[in-house]
Amino acid sequence: MESVGLNAYLFVGAVLFVCGIVCMAIKRNGIGVLMGVELVLNSANLNFVAFARYTPLGLDGQVIALFVIVLAAAEAAVALAIALNFYNNHLTIDVDRGSELQG
Amino acid sequence: MTADVLFWLFAALVCGGALGVVVTQNIVRMAFWLILSLGSVSALFFLLGADFLGAAQLLIYVGGTVVLLVFGVMLTASGPYMQIKTSAADGLLGACVGGLLFLVLVSSISGMDWSQLHTTNTTPSVIAERPEGNTLRPLGLAFLGLRPDRPVTEGSEVKPAPGYLLPFEIVSVHLLVVLVGAAYLARAKRRANPSNDSLSA
Repeated sequence: MESVGLNAYLFVGAVLFVCGIVCMAIKRNGIGVLMGVELVLNSANLNFVAFARYTPLGLDGQVIALFVIVLAAAEAAVALAIALNFYNNHLTIDVDRGSELQG
Repeated sequence: MTADVLFWLFAALVCGGALGVVVTQNIVRMAFWLILSLGSVSALFFLLGADFLGAAQLLIYVGGTVVLLVFGVMLTASGPYMQIKTSAADGLLGACVGGLLFLVLVSSISGMDWSQLHTTNTTPSVIAERPEGNTLRPLGLAFLGLRPDRPVTEGSEVKPAPGYLLPFEIVSVHLLVVLVGAAYLARAKRRANPSNDSLSA
């Protein structure tokens, strides 16, 4: 068990983070952007739990990861409601069409 | 040894699922890859000894958030095979920036000596017990404001450290308000139709 250390988990978290950032940046579908946000939050969670296991952070890391999960659920609900409103007004979910949402 | 094999298996599934989310253009397949990636993350939580957190990840993310996203996909599809393509230039630019960001992250992780964290800033009485599974009762006590696993010495007496009761309350009220707001935003609009009103009146 000790041969897989903290660094391996941090590398997995880095891959998740980069994939989430790239997904947020290049997807034109609004739902795809939300999926990128979920990936980024999961990478942060993985890092928190890995630090909780391998450093004196202890149980605090798991508590913070639970908070992150709850806030991610809230964020997904609000963002989907906004996406539905956007779809009702524009009949598309393409975020490039949102440039007229000024002010 | 088994744990090593399981770690590499699930790490490969996590990374493959995340890459699949980025690469594929079909939004429904993106949701499938996302389920694969998030489920493997929960398996990694189990491997890290965070059993309650892994179960919560499965229940809330895979069972709740992704289902919500799939409903969003269904409600916003304008055709049976709706695909909004990413242009090749955007994809190439994103891949370049992502690769550079990944190189920065990997070099900084490799260059850091994490073992210093074990020695600095911890007196022997403050070192918390490492969670090794069975974290349900300590997590519940921490949310109720009690930390029997992390005692604090003040002078001569040893007291349990303060827990997370106030953030727990704030987050629960926040979740309630946010869900009410989401239901208000996504409700079906009642069309103002004066002719209908005059007919019914």
